[in-house]
Amino acid sequence: MSAAGPLPGSPVDAPVLSPFERQLVAATQGGLPLVPQPYEAVGALLGVPAREVQDALASLLARGVIRRIGAVPNHYRLGYVANGMTVWDVDDARVDELGERIAQLPGVTHCYRRRRALPDWPYNLFVMLHGRSRVEVERQALTVRDLLGDACRDRAILYSTQLLKKTGVRLPGGGQPKE
Amino acid sequence: MNAFDVHTHSDRIDAALIDHLHEGFPLSDRPFAEIGAALDLGEEEVIDRLQKLLATGVLSRFGPLYQIERAGGAYLLAALQVPAGRFDEVAAQVNAHVEVAHNYRRGHRLNMWFVVAGESPSAVDRCVAAIEAETGLPVHCFVREREYRVELRLRALAPEPT
Repeated sequence: MSAAGPLPGSPVDAPVLSPFERQLVAATQGGLPLVPQPYEAVGALLGVPAREVQDALASLLARGVIRRIGAVPNHYRLGYVANGMTVWDVDDARVDELGERIAQLPGVTHCYRRRRALPDWPYNLFVMLHGRSRVEVERQALTVRDLLGDACRDRAILYSTQLLKKTGVRLPGGGQPKE
Repeated sequence: MNAFDVHTHSDRIDAALIDHLHEGFPLSDRPFAEIGAALDLGEEEVIDRLQKLLATGVLSRFGPLYQIERAGGAYLLAALQVPAGRFDEVAAQVNAHVEVAHNYRRGHRLNMWFVVAGESPSAVDRCVAAIEAETGLPVHCFVREREYRVELRLRALAPEPT
């Protein structure tokens, strides 16, 4: 086991949320209510007018604490039944340049550099590929391989065979999942 | 689990709605009415469709997508090598933690991959330690050093793979 650790430059245990914002996160991390005036409904829970909820959400969006307000599809149900976590052992000197380019390819949803776990795990580049079939994912993986060229020493594809849980992020004490 | 069928009229509307929501959700007083106006749907119909998409699992959630690292929180990708006979039991132990945001079985020696999200790096470490104690299995941690992209926008309406 190793420490989760913050990314370079990110705060460590920083209390960057106001008490009201923490309440707002807790009230909305399970989702927004599906009623005509959802911000008013959240405000009613927290004892404030809708305007304060809207302003606080706008501030959290501007600060990047909220990526976006959106709908998260279950990939499988959209027909993206092949879900491949591809992992690559890429030359450290070139991984950032290549990672940026791979991230732009169609079908790529996540692209990260991660610390190797030697000797068992030589891979430092993780590229999530989604397709409607494994054939499609294999084709996407070939594109990645061609792009990496001789900067890549080894690779593997780990297909998901079962979705065991998908609730999105929930902070403890922030309400229970609906599922 | 059936994929939904974008060839039916109703599912095409759902797909258009899902894709439209990728553009963001308004912070206005009547956001569902605003979304509906863009798609030529009534406010009620937008709400009804979203309720149904959530109830049937086409959508796994709807609302603010938090990037908790910007608020001092932390994420960790982790994996376990679970003996085949214990898979369901260990899945239940791992999933019971509210910090575990998603979890997949994968075809590899490391056969269970999950993301731990906590309100601080130390909260993530505590969760990992608890999982190790409960399962008796070492948790392999894959520390992220750089993010090139996080993109959840797979298009519902994409007609054919490219």
